Amino acid sequence: MSFLTRIFGQPHSADLAKERLQLVLAHDRMNIPPATLNALKDEIITVISHHVDIDRANVQVEVARSAEGNRLVMNIPVLGLRAAREAKATAARSARGRKTR
Amino acid sequence: MAGRVITITSGKGGVGKTTATANIGVALARRGKRVACLDADIGLRNLDVVLGLENRIVYDLVDVVEGRARLRQALIKDKRLPDLCLLPAAQTRDKTAVKEAQMLKLVEDLKKDFDFILVDSPAGIEVGFKNAIAPADEVIIVTTPEVSAVRDADRIIGLVEAAEKPAPRLIINRLRPAMVKRGDMLDTKDVLEVLAVELIGIVPEDEGIITSTNKGQPAAFDDRSPAGGAFTRIGQRLLGEDVPFMVFDDSSGLFDRVSKFLKR
Repeated sequence: MSFLTRIFGQPHSADLAKERLQLVLAHDRMNIPPATLNALKDEIITVISHHVDIDRANVQVEVARSAEGNRLVMNIPVLGLRAAREAKATAARSARGRKTR
Repeated sequence: MAGRVITITSGKGGVGKTTATANIGVALARRGKRVACLDADIGLRNLDVVLGLENRIVYDLVDVVEGRARLRQALIKDKRLPDLCLLPAAQTRDKTAVKEAQMLKLVEDLKKDFDFILVDSPAGIEVGFKNAIAPADEVIIVTTPEVSAVRDADRIIGLVEAAEKPAPRLIINRLRPAMVKRGDMLDTKDVLEVLAVELIGIVPEDEGIITSTNKGQPAAFDDRSPAGGAFTRIGQRLLGEDVPFMVFDDSSGLFDRVSKFLKR
């Protein structure tokens, strides 16, 4: 099915239906007022940015259903691990220090 | 032994709740189970016509609840299948005519005399739906492979969970294999992936459902009917039998033909 999509450049309507359903259900299942959700999102972003550089504009929140129950799923694109970079920089500094000694 | 109460619901209207209730009722009764079909769609009665019992109604569910008739007087025994009974909805009242406690009491009484009580829920998520869900031991959700029906089914799954009922099982109704094959209809696996529920049956689109409803003779009476056969298998699964699901093969090139059975 996917190679046909590539050839004709047009997705089958069933694929569209599935995609649209997944999006609309992600919203429906949330069942949290938008203001609360935004506050939650902002607070989590603030905490995470203390340690990791993230792409704030592309943070996604959704509720996923599985056999075990509902899960709040946040997709947070990471630009760089601040802690890792700092550690690397420290390591580099100390390595230089050893050479000059 | 007390009967099992199974509520058949959907959220969206017109996806086949009443047809499913009637046909599963027939399927179970044909296997010797005592079945009461209860029409909980007060004000929009229809299970009677689908079962072909509309001319025999004297009393209805609201008459029983309000004490004008005894349960035994209101129950209509199907002459084709003595183990099948219908408790019709009232047509001249609305959904507020019955309270949840009354519904629970009514179903409790039915449990003494029947192996299965099938509750045909009204569409929607309001009081009629809540009354239909309240007495349920098990819930079956009917959907069609369409965006709107699947979305509503998802909402209902959430409400069934919130009512602390066991996880509902799903019937995918009116599947059109040819459309699935050419990628223009959601497939069973798509629907199951999106909804994350257990499947209890796939019912193919079948003109025979319309003709059987025209006659008031549910398709499950006819062993050659594709949809009737699918409902019969749902009945068998409810009885704990391990019945394979029909798979509509995508690779064989046979349009609209059931090409293999897969053991689940």
